[in-house]
Amino acid sequence: MNIIVPIKMVPDLVDELEINEDGTDLDRDFLSYKLNEFDDHALEEALQLKEEGDATVTVIAFDGEETDKALFTAIAKGADNAVKITGDFEEGTASHVLAKALAEAIKDMDYDLILTGVQAADDRDGQVGVLLANYLGVPHVSVVSGVTLSGNTATVHKEYAGGMMAEFEVDLPAVLGIQAARETPRYAPVSRVRQIMRQAELEEVEVGDVDVNVGSEVRRMFTPEAGEGAEMIEGDAEEVADKILEILKEKGVR
Amino acid sequence: MNQDIFVVAEHLKGSVEDVTYELLGKGRELAGSTGGKLVAVLMGSGAEGLAGSLGAADKVIYVDHPALENFNPEAYAAALADVVKANNPGLVLVPNTSMGMDLAASLSVRNDLPLVAYAIDVAIDGGNVVATSQLYGGKVNAESVLEGDTVVVSVLAGSFPADAGKKDGAPEVEKAAAPAELDNLKVRFKQLIEPEGGDVDITAQEILVSVGRGIQSDENLPMVEELAEALGGAVSASRPIIDNKWLPKTRQVGKSGLKVKPKLYLCLGISGAPEHIEGMKDAELIIAINTDESAPIFEHAHYGSTEDLFDIVPALTEKLKG
Ligand SMILES: Cc1cc2nc3c(=O)[nH]c(=O)nc-3n(C[C@H](O)[C@H](O)[C@H](O)COP(=O)(O)OP(=O)(O)OC[C@H]3O[C@@H](n4cnc5c(N)ncnc54)[C@H](O)[C@@H]3O)c2cc1C
Ligand SMILES: Nc1ncnc2c1ncn2[C@@H]1O[C@H](COP(=O)(O)O)[C@@H](O)[C@H]1O
Repeated sequence: MNIIVPIKMVPDLVDELEINEDGTDLDRDFLSYKLNEFDDHALEEALQLKEEGDATVTVIAFDGEETDKALFTAIAKGADNAVKITGDFEEGTASHVLAKALAEAIKDMDYDLILTGVQAADDRDGQVGVLLANYLGVPHVSVVSGVTLSGNTATVHKEYAGGMMAEFEVDLPAVLGIQAARETPRYAPVSRVRQIMRQAELEEVEVGDVDVNVGSEVRRMFTPEAGEGAEMIEGDAEEVADKILEILKEKGVR
Repeated sequence: MNQDIFVVAEHLKGSVEDVTYELLGKGRELAGSTGGKLVAVLMGSGAEGLAGSLGAADKVIYVDHPALENFNPEAYAAALADVVKANNPGLVLVPNTSMGMDLAASLSVRNDLPLVAYAIDVAIDGGNVVATSQLYGGKVNAESVLEGDTVVVSVLAGSFPADAGKKDGAPEVEKAAAPAELDNLKVRFKQLIEPEGGDVDITAQEILVSVGRGIQSDENLPMVEELAEALGGAVSASRPIIDNKWLPKTRQVGKSGLKVKPKLYLCLGISGAPEHIEGMKDAELIIAINTDESAPIFEHAHYGSTEDLFDIVPALTEKLKG
């Protein structure tokens, strides 16, 4: 069983995000990047499947900010191989282009299962996992939070609203968009990652220009207007607590 | 772009989901400006009756097949692709829900159509569809122009009022043939799994104290329980708290959790990602404590504070017990 996990670095949402001068993208000069949290879940689920049976796990990512570190970290956690895609795919590239390029990189690999994160915070034109499955011509289910393998099929749970789930049986090879792994994603100690960085090697695959119709363009990017938001309570914790009590009394909640 | 506006009707367990009405309401307005028809695409098995609740549409195109009885990513995508190919609408509106996420991207590739996802608004401008997407956990919006005769936009639930799309009366129903692909599927629906019960029903609570990742560790939960108790309410949470198994799934508020509408929603260390907002934006009074002044939760809260939750929670509890 060969499992591929495509991972993506995304801007850290804890930072203040600023828009670039022409107002069509983030100002990427001072952004810090981190692994998309759902990809951490996808990797964890892959590692759980590996530990359960007989599987190899390959992580794959586009070259870019923090990519090497994320790939080495995945190896430190237990992935068998790490592949870096090189080519002209800078941060902010459309999902359709990324998915098509991933399909190019993956199509000749020997794979049974591709686990992506369900979505990433910077995707504007659809989820790469679903697009990828369609470019590869293999089935997919997204928003998955439970995977069991048996022979050539996977049984998966897809989450709907309100805690309702649907169970599907999927023929492999397939792409699954992982929402949550069965266990909290494991942690790799920094010392171990450093050691891996010295020992392990990243495989590189070059992908040229891909021919795909994105068909949409950002004409304006902006932060949602302030002003319509919350009335901010000033003061220290004691004062804020007093004010909250006052509001609760006023609104009849207390 | 072509003129007709298509809306994919989402249904679960025999009833049409509210998001469908939200899209029909918006679709009606857009059809008004293109001069086209508003058409609902309904897929199911013996589900033609549901067309009766899609009265806001001028027409319902219905595809019937046993494999469409329950949502199935492969079967629904194949059927939808055929309907869109045969009818060439100008715009296909798909809910950006769990089901719609599978459908929109598949339709985009199968029919080679542009797609913009996570939309909170859709307009027609200069003959093109313009969609405003909510990105980066709600911190940034992007306005995209879609080019093509037929384009696809997936819209976040709760973006438009549902009332505008609710109209009784049976529109004309046109039956479309199911594609042969449905007789040989690689994805097979097995069963629906109902949520577990037996815990506190957070949808019935008037006061919710909701915790997010800002709480750092489950060791800090008792402090929040104590506050909830002092307020006479219950504790709910954002998704990461549930994924960490610190609280049961029954306490999750949001897109894949529960929708709540309490008198007070006090949120502690929750950033306000769109998927969380979907579940609590209709609460009567929302008070948010978050140390990040740019957290999107403050766009939805009535009152906010950037003080540390670890200072506010004990102070507030003490005063309440006072
Ligand atoms: C298909 C799908 C469905 C989803 N469904 C749901 C859902 O149903 N419900 C849901 O909640 N999420 C859902 N999510 C996840 C969602 O996208 C976010 O990841 C999640 O809501 C973030 O949770 P959070 O706000 O607790 O964590 P974070 O985004 O990490 O925010 C933590 C916040 O705590 C603040 N903070 C940190 N320390 C302190 C302190 N000491 N005092 C005060 N504030 C502090 C930080 O500033 C930060 O804003 C879904 C995602 C997907 C893709
Ligand atoms: N640039 C990328 N490199 C590798 N995987 C990606 C990339 N973009 C998206 N993915 C995968 O697709 C998932 C969905 O991302 P997105 O389509 O950006 O919402 C991610 O969680 C990753 O698993």
